[in-house]
Amino acid sequence: MSPKATALVELQDLTKIYGSGESEVRALAGVSFRIDPGEFVAVMGASGSGKSTCLNMLGCLDSATSGRYLFCGLDVGTLSIDQLALLRRNYLGFVFQGYNLLARTSALENVELPLVYRRVPAAERQQSAIQALQDVGLGDRMHHVPSELSGGQQQRVAIARAIVTSPQMLLADEPTGNLDSARKVEIMKLLQKLNQDRKITIVMVTHETDMAAFATRTLHFKDGLIERDLVSEKVSA
Amino acid sequence: MIWTTILMAFREIKRNPMRSSLTMLGIIIGVASVIIMVALGRGAAFKITSDISSMGTNLLIATPGSERHGPTASAAQPFKQDDVRIMLRELGSVAEVAPAGSLGALLVNGNLNWSSTVTGSTNAYFQIRAFSFELGERFSDAQLQSGAAVCVLGATVRTKLFGTQNPIGSSIRIAKVNCAVVGVTRPKGQSSFGMDQDDFVLVPLATFQRRITGSTDVGVIFLSAHDGKQISKVKSQVAALLRERRRIAPGAMPDFNVQSMEEITATLGTVTNALIALLGAIAAVSLLVGGIGIMNIMLVSVTERTREIGIRLSIGARGREVLFQFLVEAMALSGLGGIMGILLGLLVSYVAARLMHLPFSLVPDMVVISFLFSASVGIIFGYLPARKASRLNPIEALRHE
Ligand SMILES: Nc1ncnc2c1ncn2[C@@H]1O[C@H](COP(=O)(O)OP(=O)(O)OP(=O)(O)O)[C@@H](O)[C@H]1O
Ligand SMILES: [Mg+2]
Repeated sequence: MSPKATALVELQDLTKIYGSGESEVRALAGVSFRIDPGEFVAVMGASGSGKSTCLNMLGCLDSATSGRYLFCGLDVGTLSIDQLALLRRNYLGFVFQGYNLLARTSALENVELPLVYRRVPAAERQQSAIQALQDVGLGDRMHHVPSELSGGQQQRVAIARAIVTSPQMLLADEPTGNLDSARKVEIMKLLQKLNQDRKITIVMVTHETDMAAFATRTLHFKDGLIERDLVSEKVSA
Repeated sequence: MIWTTILMAFREIKRNPMRSSLTMLGIIIGVASVIIMVALGRGAAFKITSDISSMGTNLLIATPGSERHGPTASAAQPFKQDDVRIMLRELGSVAEVAPAGSLGALLVNGNLNWSSTVTGSTNAYFQIRAFSFELGERFSDAQLQSGAAVCVLGATVRTKLFGTQNPIGSSIRIAKVNCAVVGVTRPKGQSSFGMDQDDFVLVPLATFQRRITGSTDVGVIFLSAHDGKQISKVKSQVAALLRERRRIAPGAMPDFNVQSMEEITATLGTVTNALIALLGAIAAVSLLVGGIGIMNIMLVSVTERTREIGIRLSIGARGREVLFQFLVEAMALSGLGGIMGILLGLLVSYVAARLMHLPFSLVPDMVVISFLFSASVGIIFGYLPARKASRLNPIEALRHE
């Protein structure tokens, strides 16, 4: 097989345009790249450069204006709403920039939710969720609801929810944005471990070079385009 | 998965006690008010009709005055004593005839007084109106003939003027005439519209005519038919006889009116139907208000719920799975609210019926209609916004404002 066929993700001239006419915003102005299984990609760039937009596309959460997105060779643009949902359910994990936890719902139940839709039996579900929460250092906050948690704690619940299913690809939009530096390193090490041990492909948006240093490759965005695509020679550990 | 979703729906209900209870409140109020209004309306209507038929289904009442002008039109000539005699002699289908007249009067016993109605009639009156005696007895023939100063008291008048004492042998003053009490009738109880059937005093017709009104006119004739089923035939016989007696040309409007109890019931029936319709309309309005309340809550919570839908979709829920959860939620709230509304409605209408001395009537049709209406409002407005949101892509749903 040619290396092309094994790509996990392949974007071909993908564009995303918000609005029309005067107020038109080209959030993505024709982006092409591929990600192979097992990569740990950091996405960097100025605010408004299209990082979140690109990640939403990769997460099958939003539809592109033009161009193609192939996931495991499958043209995502041709899938139905339900097929996209199943794709997200079975292969993807997503950490939102704004957490997006269910309100009035305990951390544990939030983390269990993706497993509910994967039809995992209740006992097993709870066990996995507890494990994921312990992995992000929240073993003692499982029964708190989001409004009782700090920003950093909510962020970690969101990370736990994304990794609890051991997805094929984890998409994280500034997953360490609200954490202190010790916690940041801890989370980065966790992601690195997931990447190495469980072979989870990770795409992570970050503003910090320190964090990007944990990745094996860095994509630099500028004005909706990829400015630089660097494979790291030396990875932090 | 179905069970998990149902569980999830119930957890979602518990997590939002305010939203849940307000939704249910709308349904409870709507359902309960319809049940209460209609149950009381029907209870009242039933009481009115049953009271009237308790007065005797084979009863006919003849009054002077045409139907057009009303029975009290002064132009019409009153009935004569002879009319009664001839009716009894010529009409075999008539069992009893009681000529009567009545007048409001102040009744006095010592320092107790009571204002009531004095009626002059014959013993047939007791028969026709189905009064039986508690104490004493009816008038003797001699008393009726001579117009003796005697009277029979209704149960209410007896209590007002004598309390628990035995009034037989005492006398009371009726419009300045002293009358000896010869009997007391057994109570019949409160009638519809708060009309007390026991609030009367009866004197012989001759006494009434000579001593109280000073006129030999007969105001009303009560008749009873032998056979209640033949009532309309008897009615036309009576009418024909009266036409002849009063020399009314064939085809001319009669200047009197004969009504059967059935007709009176029917007339009242239209009144009570109007009453029921009115209460029903009020109930419908409260049902609507309840429905709008539910709608409001549901629509207000759409923003929050759309975000919830966005989150669920983003982690891999399919639209129909989210929708099923919302449907279960809406059905559970509406169903629970509906059942509580039914229980509340039945309880309140039962208590109110007891307090108002009305028969308690179950209204199964209204229970079903109001329940279905509120439940559908709850389900439609809980479900439709969710359906719209579940068709968005996750990012659109999450951005919803
Ligand atoms: N829903 C939207 N409607 C209109 N414009 C949008 C929308 N979402 C994003 N944009 C625009 O698209 C561009 C890229 O946004 P995006 O969120 O991808 O930036 P970003 O790189 O993630 O920035 P940040 O680092 O601040 O998160 C911005 O100019 C933004 O204003
Ligand atoms: Mg962003």
